Parts: sequence; C-alpha cells; structure tokens
Amino acid sequence: MTWRRLLSELMATRAGAFGLFAVALLLIVAIFAPLLASHDPNAIAPMNRLQGPSLAHFFGTDQLGRDLYSRTVYGTRIAISVAVVVLSISLSVGILLGVTAAYAPRVIDQLILSIFDIINSFPSLILALALVAVLGAGLGNLVLLVSIVFIPQFGRVARAQTLGIRNSLYFEAEQVLGAEPWRILLQHVLPNIIGPIFVLASMNIPVVITIEAGLSFLGVGVRPPLASWGGLLHDGYTYLDQSPWLAVTAGLSLIFATLGFTLLGEALRDAIDPKLRQPR
Amino acid sequence: MVGAVALLLSLTILIPGDPATILLGPRATPETIAALHTQMGLDLPFPTRLAQFLGHAAVGDLGRDVFTGRAVAQIIAEAVPNTALLAFSAILLAVLIGIPLGALSALKPGGAVDQAIAFLSVGFVSAPSFVNSIFLLLVFALWLPWFPVLGAGNGLLDQLWHLVLPAVALAVVWIGYIARLLRSSLLEVLNEPYIRTMRAYGLPERVVLLKYALKPACIPTLAILGMGVGELLGGAVFAEVIFNRPGLGSLIYDAIQTRNYPVLQGAVLVIVMLFVLTNLLVDLSYAWVDPRVRARRASGGERSA
Repeated sequence: MTWRRLLSELMATRAGAFGLFAVALLLIVAIFAPLLASHDPNAIAPMNRLQGPSLAHFFGTDQLGRDLYSRTVYGTRIAISVAVVVLSISLSVGILLGVTAAYAPRVIDQLILSIFDIINSFPSLILALALVAVLGAGLGNLVLLVSIVFIPQFGRVARAQTLGIRNSLYFEAEQVLGAEPWRILLQHVLPNIIGPIFVLASMNIPVVITIEAGLSFLGVGVRPPLASWGGLLHDGYTYLDQSPWLAVTAGLSLIFATLGFTLLGEALRDAIDPKLRQPR
Repeated sequence: MVGAVALLLSLTILIPGDPATILLGPRATPETIAALHTQMGLDLPFPTRLAQFLGHAAVGDLGRDVFTGRAVAQIIAEAVPNTALLAFSAILLAVLIGIPLGALSALKPGGAVDQAIAFLSVGFVSAPSFVNSIFLLLVFALWLPWFPVLGAGNGLLDQLWHLVLPAVALAVVWIGYIARLLRSSLLEVLNEPYIRTMRAYGLPERVVLLKYALKPACIPTLAILGMGVGELLGGAVFAEVIFNRPGLGSLIYDAIQTRNYPVLQGAVLVIVMLFVLTNLLVDLSYAWVDPRVRARRASGGERSA
C-alpha cells in the first residue's frame, strides 16, 4: 500500500481525519516546543501565582507562578517522547522474543510464553506502579518498566504471525529452493509481521500516554520540576478549589491526545488490516 | 497458572531494595541495620525468603506493617470491601448503561443515534479515569455542590452518596468499551442464519434483537469484563486517592509514599489474586451464558485453555 493510498484511506472518515489532524498537531507541538512556548516552563514568579488565562499567560499560571501554556507545551514533548521510546523498546524486544519463540525448540517457546503469561497476570497499571514505586521514580525507570509491561502483546502477535508463515506453502517453497534461514526471516517473515505489529503499537500509544500521566500524577513518574501532563494534573488537583484552570487545561490536553491517537490508531487498523475492520 | 503466581510473588519480593536502610534513616549504624535485617528475615538467601513468604501467605500471614506493627493481612482485609464495592458498582453502572447503548446503536447501524453513540463512546474510551475523576469532582462537587467532595461517608445512604462520583468516573471508560463491543458483536450475530429464520417467521425486530441476538452477542463483552476488572482495580487506585476513599488503592499509594514494603507487597498480591480469580469466574460463566460451551463440556470434548 502506498503512502498516498494510506493517507487517503485515513482521511476517508471523519474520525480518521480528526485523528490524523490531532496527532500531527501534537507532533508539531512536541518537536517545536521551545519555539512555541511563550515562557521558560520552569521560571518561577511567585507574585503571579494561580492566575487565570490572560494575554500574558494563555492558560494562566500554577502555584509557583509558572506559565501553564508553556508547561503544557513541554508536557506534550514528554508525553509523546515517552510513548515513542516505550513502544520502540517493547516492539523490538517483543519481535525478538516472539520470533525466537516461534523458531526455537518447544522448551524455549514454553519458557518465553510463560514469561509473557506472568507479566500479563498483573493488571498493567498495577504492575507499572509497583515496579516504579520500588525501583524509584524518574523518567528513565518509568520508560524501562512501562516497556516491560507492553512486551508480551508484541511478542504474542509476532509469535503467532511467524508460526502462521512457517506453516505456509511459500515458506516451504523457499526452503525447498534452498534459501538461507536468515534470508527467509528477513525477506519474508519480518515484512509480514510488521503490519499487525505496527497497528498494535499505534493502538497502544494512548495507553502508554495514560500510564505515564497516571504515574506522574501519583508522583512516581516524571519528577518535578520537569513538566508532564500528569504532574500538571496533580498540581491542578491540589489547587482545584482555588484555580480550576490547572486541572482543566492538563486534563483536556490529555483527553485530546488520547482521543487523537485512538482515532488514528483505529483508522490505521482499518486501512492496513481490513480483516479486523468493525462491521459498519 | 500456579507457576505464574509463584514467579509473580518472587518478583514482588525481589524488588524491594533495602527496606531496613530506608526505615532506619541515614543515621543508622551498621549494627542496627543488621539487627533489623535479621528481624525482617532479609539476611536469609532469596529462595528461603520466597519459601517463607509463600508459606506464610498460604496461611494468610502477609507480614507486618513496618510502622504500626499491625498485621498486613488485617489492614488489607479492612480495605478490600471498600475497593470491591467501588469496582462492583462501577461494573454494574457500565453494564447497565453500556449494554442499552450498544443495543440501541445496533438497531439502526449508521443512523443518527448510532453515530451519536459512536462519538460518545470513543470519547468515553479515550478519557483516562483520573481525568474523569477530577472533572467530575470539579463540576459536581465544587461548582454544583450536589455530591460530597471527599471521603467514604458514614451510614448506608451516605456511603452510597459518596460512591456515586468515583463509581461514575471509573465506569465511563467501560461504558464506552461495552457499547462499542456489543454493537459490533450484535451486528455479527444479526447476520447469522438463525436470525434470518426468526425474521422470516415474522418476529418483530425488537424481539429478535433483545430475545435472541443479545445473549450470544454478550459473550465477547463478558470476556472484556474479565480483563476489565484488572484495569478497574488499577483505576481504583486513582479514584480512591482523588476522592480520598479508604481502600486497596489508597493503601498502595500510601505504602509507596512511606516505602512500607510489606503493605505494598501484600496489597499488590491481593489485587493480582482478585484479578486471577475474576478471570476464572468469567471463564466459568461462559458455560452459564453459552449453551454451546456447556454442551461441549458435558460431552467430554476437548477443553480449550
């Protein structure tokens, strides 16, 4: 499927178009955060604390007088980069383990599968919370530990897809023709599993964003003074009765992002894998 | 399953860094640290600790709160009913609202009602529960003082009153999930030949939908609810912290803040057990809902995992 074709499929529905627009906007904000921010996100100005929106401060200010608009802009950067890094890690490790499980002898296959089962037997948020709580808060730990939570999903899909290909006729034909196993893996297996994996990754972006914000909200994720949506929301919760602006802007940014990525993810799924399409 | 539980236990035991050092603070001498190590059994080799923890957990002993010395099992036993009540009311709400929404949109797919519900449920699915909690708190407790702000309340009516906002906040996501899932599985069932037969007999569409199509269409919804319990327990952490309710979630949150590892371990263990247990119940309830599964089991056919 060409890029142009994919794009037109995504734009075909209102939901897909909105998702594409929202994600593009978020990416632009994340990449050009320093240009778009009107203030230093960490500059403290106590006499300006807890102001409402104004021309000087588009979203108002927080309890330390920091500009909320700039903090929200930088929070976008954190949210997007955490999601991208987390999913890149779990996608790569998941493919590696999944393909290994499909090729390896039964014992190793069972071992890898039971590791997946163990990770899956925890509710994902509880697992992330417990791990981060014990190993310490902070951006690095958060990224690493949330990645672990998402590995099994990718691993399972990669394993199932690889097994399907191994049982196919063209795989047999390649073997009969004497192709090297590595050649078959790179040329036939990987390109065939990458589609579903990619869809899964895009569907998981909003989940990762939510977990990051949630952990930061509870104070075990991104640490202040670094701006993250979860942290902003927590400030907003603390000062809810005095200045609802904090909670409202952080909450709306979060909803906008998760909604945008959810809609784009679903449109991508429908476009790339029509078999999974919801009946209309 | 047993292997999973054992390994998951070892994980929760393995991770605490050194609780003794944290507890005693930076001024502790090596001797006092060593003494506390012995007291907590931290100087024992890992397999022994695992065996000890498992042995104790099996008879309901989860260790003691490092600050108050109270039994963790008792603290958790006091917290579980609150969380269970919250999770149960959230699920009940989600089912009571989600299923009618799903059925309504399957009645006329593509119609105005369907589109409105689709829009609503995507929004519901995407909004994180802690954002919902804060917005609900802001609108219905601070701006419109209809509901109490914080706490769990005293007495039955007051407790129910305090339960409304957190339960709604948790239910919102699941209303969206259930509505969407039920709609698509209903549309699938409505394509089955037996439904065509019903229609050919001249049964009104409403009867076909409600009496004959709804039950089989609920099966995938049931499956997602099993998963949902785990996510709900995760969401309950936020709802309990935000609405300042006692329960497993706020227990975990406080234990993290104070590095109270025995409580943290115990609470996580109990949540995982609840999660596994509900998944088991959901698996069993398939047979109750789906006569096809019952028939397969009765005939001694192969059991799917």
